[in-house]
Amino acid sequence: MRHWSRYETASLLLAGLATPLVLSVHTVISFDFAVAVLSGWHTTIFPPYFVAGAIYSGFAMVLTLAIPLRKFYHLEGLVTERHIDNMGKVMLATGFIVAYGYAMEVFMAWYSGSHWEAFMMWNRMFGPMGWAYWVLVTCNLAIPLTTLWSRKLRTSIPFMFFISIVVNTGMWFERFVIVVTSLYRDFLPSSWGTYRATKWDYMTYVGTLGLFTALFLLFVRFLPMIPMSEIRMMLPGAKITPKKAAEAGD
Amino acid sequence: MAAREGIYGLLAEFDTPGDLIRAAQQARKDGWRRMDCYTPYPVEEAAEAIGFHRNKVPLITLIGGLMGLVAMFLFQVWVSVWAYPLNIAGRPLYSWPAFIVPAYEWTILFAGLSAAFGMLALNGLPALYHPLFNAPNFRDGATTDKFFLCLEALDPKFDLAEAKKYLQSFEPVSVVEVEY
Repeated sequence: MRHWSRYETASLLLAGLATPLVLSVHTVISFDFAVAVLSGWHTTIFPPYFVAGAIYSGFAMVLTLAIPLRKFYHLEGLVTERHIDNMGKVMLATGFIVAYGYAMEVFMAWYSGSHWEAFMMWNRMFGPMGWAYWVLVTCNLAIPLTTLWSRKLRTSIPFMFFISIVVNTGMWFERFVIVVTSLYRDFLPSSWGTYRATKWDYMTYVGTLGLFTALFLLFVRFLPMIPMSEIRMMLPGAKITPKKAAEAGD
Repeated sequence: MAAREGIYGLLAEFDTPGDLIRAAQQARKDGWRRMDCYTPYPVEEAAEAIGFHRNKVPLITLIGGLMGLVAMFLFQVWVSVWAYPLNIAGRPLYSWPAFIVPAYEWTILFAGLSAAFGMLALNGLPALYHPLFNAPNFRDGATTDKFFLCLEALDPKFDLAEAKKYLQSFEPVSVVEVEY
């Protein structure tokens, strides 16, 4: 029992330590952008907007992984429809925070009165790479934020898998839009260019997907993806009410 | 644990956590101290029942975190002020606000490592041997659906025959003598 008690404490402490880390990782990354003077990066909305975006795409990614997993390993009793429904609700909420971030970017481009900011936003929407922005708006806002209201759709497993792929695509385009469309037309027209992915870009992209998938599948194969001892704590009969325990002490 | 001879303790097997806790609380009341409960999943009340209210993991985590904080902060001070002093836009060499972020990250890193390894060290893990694995019902039951109370021979109250009778009074499934 001493072992379990220490294990539980350590696990609780690690969870507590990881929570602020979620916020710090994304705010530090967004600070890296925000300290640059480049229009489209130089903005104070980035830290909260990156954190919300991370939770949004994080939940979508978990759904993308969990839905096939519960099917192939028959975990429908452990990863229930209620979990998936609740994840849909979290995605709806964080999706609206992300929508607010996009809206604020557009608003500030106009409200700041900065020539460069306004041009960057116009170029991002209607420039040669404008299509990427509209893919982002469609995948991150238009499709999920209209459909996730419906409880019927949130509890439909094929639909939730579809929406998770859509949001993942949208969030990928968000990063693409932030990095590329801010950078390829900066202050000096003489330094303008276009971005075309090279062979190495494609190989890195496919390679990281493969590396992640390989490590994830190894994890599922060799480590307990759902700790049995934690599931047992939820069994009927495992719960001892304090009153009952006190009575037992008499 | 040094190699010993003879009896390690008496192991009583129960079917439900409730029975185990009743027995453990009574044993504690009757003055038993060297004892432990073994369950397939964490049962908080069992830790309470044997008088194990607090463990040292939080303290180790705190000390580890503070060490990480101080170490990274001092490292940056050393780098910026003594080892490689650079004039960046006329700012003072000791620009402590810029040092906070790495110091914070190291606090989390050291606290996390201290929590994980501190827990293992306090538990004496990894361990290659434990006398309780000599009990056949323990090997099968402790990780599945049985609940165990062990009265250890090191307790001053321990007397093999009396302790056995004492444990039988809780009506366990079985009482087994465990050897080292």
